[in-house]
Amino acid sequence: MATDLRARLGQAELPNPILTASGCAGSGRELAQFFDVSKIGAVVTKSVMLAARAGRPTPRMAETPSGMLNSIGLQGPGIDAFLQRDLPWLLSRGARAVVSIAGGTVDEYAELATRLSDSAGVTAIEVNISCPNVEDRGQVFACDAGAAAAVVDAVRGRARYDIPVFAKLSPDVTDIVAIARACVAAGADGLSLINTLLGMTIDMDTMRPVLAGVTGGLSGPAIRPVAVRCIWQVREALPDVPIIGMGGVRTGQDALELILAGATLVSVGTAIFHDPSACMRIVRELEEELARRGVERLPDVVGLAHEPSSNSRRRLTGNVS
Amino acid sequence: MTVGTPEPEAGPVQVRGTVLTVRRVDAYYAMTVVAPGIAARFKPGQFVTLAVGGPSTSMLLRRSFSVHDVRPDHGGTVEFVFAADGPGTRWLAERRSRDVVDITGPLGRPFPVPRDPVTCLLVGGGYGSAPLFSLSARLRERRCTVDFLLGASTGEKVFGALTARRTGRTATITTEDGSLGARGIVTDMMGQIIHEARTDAIYACGPMPMLRQVTLLARRYDIPVQVAVEELMACGVGVCMTCVLPVVGTDGITRMVRSCVDGPVFRGEQVRWDDVGTIPFDAFGAPGWEPRSRRAAGLSGAPAAAGPHGGNQANGH
Repeated sequence: MATDLRARLGQAELPNPILTASGCAGSGRELAQFFDVSKIGAVVTKSVMLAARAGRPTPRMAETPSGMLNSIGLQGPGIDAFLQRDLPWLLSRGARAVVSIAGGTVDEYAELATRLSDSAGVTAIEVNISCPNVEDRGQVFACDAGAAAAVVDAVRGRARYDIPVFAKLSPDVTDIVAIARACVAAGADGLSLINTLLGMTIDMDTMRPVLAGVTGGLSGPAIRPVAVRCIWQVREALPDVPIIGMGGVRTGQDALELILAGATLVSVGTAIFHDPSACMRIVRELEEELARRGVERLPDVVGLAHEPSSNSRRRLTGNVS
Repeated sequence: MTVGTPEPEAGPVQVRGTVLTVRRVDAYYAMTVVAPGIAARFKPGQFVTLAVGGPSTSMLLRRSFSVHDVRPDHGGTVEFVFAADGPGTRWLAERRSRDVVDITGPLGRPFPVPRDPVTCLLVGGGYGSAPLFSLSARLRERRCTVDFLLGASTGEKVFGALTARRTGRTATITTEDGSLGARGIVTDMMGQIIHEARTDAIYACGPMPMLRQVTLLARRYDIPVQVAVEELMACGVGVCMTCVLPVVGTDGITRMVRSCVDGPVFRGEQVRWDDVGTIPFDAFGAPGWEPRSRRAAGLSGAPAAAGPHGGNQANGH
């Protein structure tokens, strides 16, 4: 029996819950050489900003155990080039576009939301709030409930009513539930959990930091337990809020783990660097994992891990490893 | 066998390739993999990436290698050369015949070849000379004359000296310790060779400082130079943005371009060698290029305007 993998994102119906993670798939074009980008749930674009940005100096990357550090600096062509070139390309391929936006001020985010709402074909906006607020001594929006809410409020206020707004939260906070509540109260239609964790590594030959930017975002399977924990905590506190889960997903089983914790959709990030076809492989593997457990519809298992175990044993027939 | 579906315009493919041989060549290893789709599409200068460590590996980043040679046997094989100097490349060196590896290619822009039968100097440093031999074959097909200039720190690190002697009109070798050929570095010999060989075009592959020097010399003699750069890459297919370097476009604007898809081959004079590893102040999108709103707010030059970065937090705070 095949499992029905269809999932919802706002008004849109997605063929399956597997998306790319922002910053790991460009705007889809490069990965289209390896699979049909319309066959995955959606392409989440690299964070787009108002202006073109050159990013940080190199080295920008370091491999770490089961993960990597990156310090790219949001290099990108800016919103004009994105709307002219990248978004139309994605739509022409029949892909659904979730556009990640980033800014240094609340106004920049608001302006980006306006620009995206004026163009057709945006399935959802993911707000990357893990950026320094230039109006507040570089304090990261995502680390302060008030600043995070201010961005979400501005974006929700400017985004067209039928475009869902997801706030992408940083795990580098004391209480992620407090930030999640603030974002939802400010109008977020959903939450993306989690962004990278701040990390650092030192070159043993030069005895200096490896990354030119000194610190970088840690991603990959190494952070998956942190993602599961964050998704679990937020789902527990806000059971009705849709969650896009991401953080170290490499296989269909990993995707299912995030879904069981409460994710309605799952983004695949660093695994794409390891395997450019990872998204489609994970769609297949997830379908197998669900079929093996006798699950008929995806929504039946979203957040299932929160239910008492007797209940879940009743539902989970079949060979559970 | 093909995992990815190639676009009709013959882009790269990701395949599970069977290892034919892994052999030691001087200080290096050469691995030959059966990968027909890659061999058929390959042009000299392009590279492949491999996943290392097996299915549950903790090493997530693919390793990239310029292709040494492709052959038609077994439907098409790809050979690349590497130094087993880290856990990933040591894993590769331990592969045996009939093992299966996840290999993607061909990737990147190949070496452009001249239309006319000109005299070309091919300069290689260390195992960076690996891609020069398929290029040499291609150039000789075009009736070009090929001279080789290969160098390394020591004799056993000079890759392909024998092939260079056999297939080039001339082959000059330099080693820093004098154990093979002339003592010194490749650029010590370049001027002399250019004079004697009447070089029309230069191709170079090797460490970045060598490519910088080769480009400087080529400019002095006003000879066009194509270089294949070696930058640290995570994905090799253009999505991760880690392998960027400052390159001047035909419009005169410097951009941080990806060496994996916009390179690895560049015209030498396009690369801003002195600025590699930095964001030049005049680069497209550099901090000087602030959004209008921020300029209007009078925040130009404020320390916080150093800007957000890909991962997460403000650096230095």
